[in-house]
Amino acid sequence: MASKRELVIVGGGPAGMAAALAANKSGVRDILLLERDQYLGGILNQCIHPGFGLHRFKAELTGPEYAGRFIKMVGDSPEIEVSLRSFVVKLTGEKLLSYLRPGAFEEIEAGAVILATGARERTREMIHIPGSRPAGVYPAGLAQKMINIEGWLPGREAVIVGSGDIGLIMARRMVMEGMKVKAVIEIQKTSRGLARNVVQCLEDYGIPLYLSHKITKIHGADRVEKVDVVEVDKNFNEKPGTGFALACDTVLVSVGLIPENELLELAGAEIDRATNTPIAPEVNLTSIAGIFACGNACKIYDLVDWVSRDSEKAGKMAAEYLKTRWNTQTQIL
Amino acid sequence: MKRLMTCIECPKGCRLTAGVGGRRLISVTGQKCPRGKKYAKREVESPMRTLTTTVLTSRLELKMLPVRTNKPIPKSKLLEAMKAVKRMTLISPVRTGSVIAPNFLGLDADLIATRDLGKKL
Ligand SMILES: Cc1cc2nc3c(=O)[nH]c(=O)nc-3n(C[C@H](O)[C@H](O)[C@H](O)COP(=O)(O)OP(=O)(O)OC[C@H]3O[C@@H](n4cnc5c(N)ncnc54)[C@H](O)[C@@H]3O)c2cc1C
Ligand code: SF4
Repeated sequence: MASKRELVIVGGGPAGMAAALAANKSGVRDILLLERDQYLGGILNQCIHPGFGLHRFKAELTGPEYAGRFIKMVGDSPEIEVSLRSFVVKLTGEKLLSYLRPGAFEEIEAGAVILATGARERTREMIHIPGSRPAGVYPAGLAQKMINIEGWLPGREAVIVGSGDIGLIMARRMVMEGMKVKAVIEIQKTSRGLARNVVQCLEDYGIPLYLSHKITKIHGADRVEKVDVVEVDKNFNEKPGTGFALACDTVLVSVGLIPENELLELAGAEIDRATNTPIAPEVNLTSIAGIFACGNACKIYDLVDWVSRDSEKAGKMAAEYLKTRWNTQTQIL
Repeated sequence: MKRLMTCIECPKGCRLTAGVGGRRLISVTGQKCPRGKKYAKREVESPMRTLTTTVLTSRLELKMLPVRTNKPIPKSKLLEAMKAVKRMTLISPVRTGSVIAPNFLGLDADLIATRDLGKKL
């Protein structure tokens, strides 16, 4: 039999934690926060660089420090129950939720659900780089996790595809760890990342940024050996005679994030296929009443400060929803 | 001499134009707030950066502890600082802000933990 809970939040990153705290403040007394990892904090745990919290805390914090402040607040809230190593595998439109935790399969009937499941990286397959499929090609965020959490290096010499902030941050991180970063290759005319990251992550270390360039091929049998690079014109067509090769054993792909919304899809909500975001009239809402989405699951954010701010609104919206639902139910009785 | 630079103090990333004489800042334009001038002055006189990295641990919850310097250190010392970090192994639990190495390399900055880390369960 499914047990009943008032508010269930899926995902214990900054979005889930902010939503839980705000819902609690708005009067929700029974909150269950489910996180599949062994700790709260989500992606912030691997973002060890500074750049978080300038707006929220008026201080430049690292990812773990920013997360730490919210983890403490959640720990100090007895009405928020945190369940770690709890992987939500199913959600229905009636807000029935199933999750796995070590040694158990649990089912819950929730009054309201907030999905704060974050985003996943776009991968190489999505941008179609031709060539063989040797080892040594990683999404930049995965490489970040390897180095910063697991403590091992992906290779010795790297080329980074895409100039998003994660790729720029990883360029510096790999240099610091003793790797050589040959270049960052960006197909657009301008960097996708913040100017400050171009300066402090590339220029500081003399790493060339090739704008209006793309990778045409990855070579290597078992392991990456080199990549072919070519300049492109404004229609992204290859310019003849501009090609060159860069020897490397590692290719990092940093071409952006897409919201993680499998659960919402299972529940039958409407999803925009192009962006993988919920279709709804307002941020944090979905097409199903009582199911909310916040943080990177709702739309991709650059700054965690805005994730926290908007997710607090999601918490309040869920609290409002639960109140009105309760009122209408008692009227019917 | 004119020198173009990008302020890295906040995500706005203002383009600054600095007038430089030798290693001294004479004038600066383009900043949207007063921190831009301070940044330009330091960037011309002696550029500083905060180091963030990880320290290997032994018998603790996680294999790597994220750390940072509590103040910026000279940019020219970053790689040397990394070498020193690589020789360290942390063996006791820490809290966010715990000092891992006081007056790190004599640079007048402490190396501090940026998360809580307990014993391995
Ligand atoms: C690599 C990287 C670098 C960044 N750098 C900066 C920066 O310098 N400054 C800045 O302000 N912002 C930065 N950001 C942006 C900011 O960190 C993110 O926008 C923010 O962390 C998103 O928070 P979230 O809670 O939505 O997602 P996440 O932090 O991804 O959290 C989602 C959580 O949900 C859990 N989860 C997912 N599915 C399930 C499931 N089915 N069951 C249970 N749990 C589940 C995950 O394990 C995860 O813990 C960066 C982002 C990335 C990815
Ligand atoms: S000058 Fe001020 S507003 Fe502009 S980038 Fe620097 S700190 Fe930010």
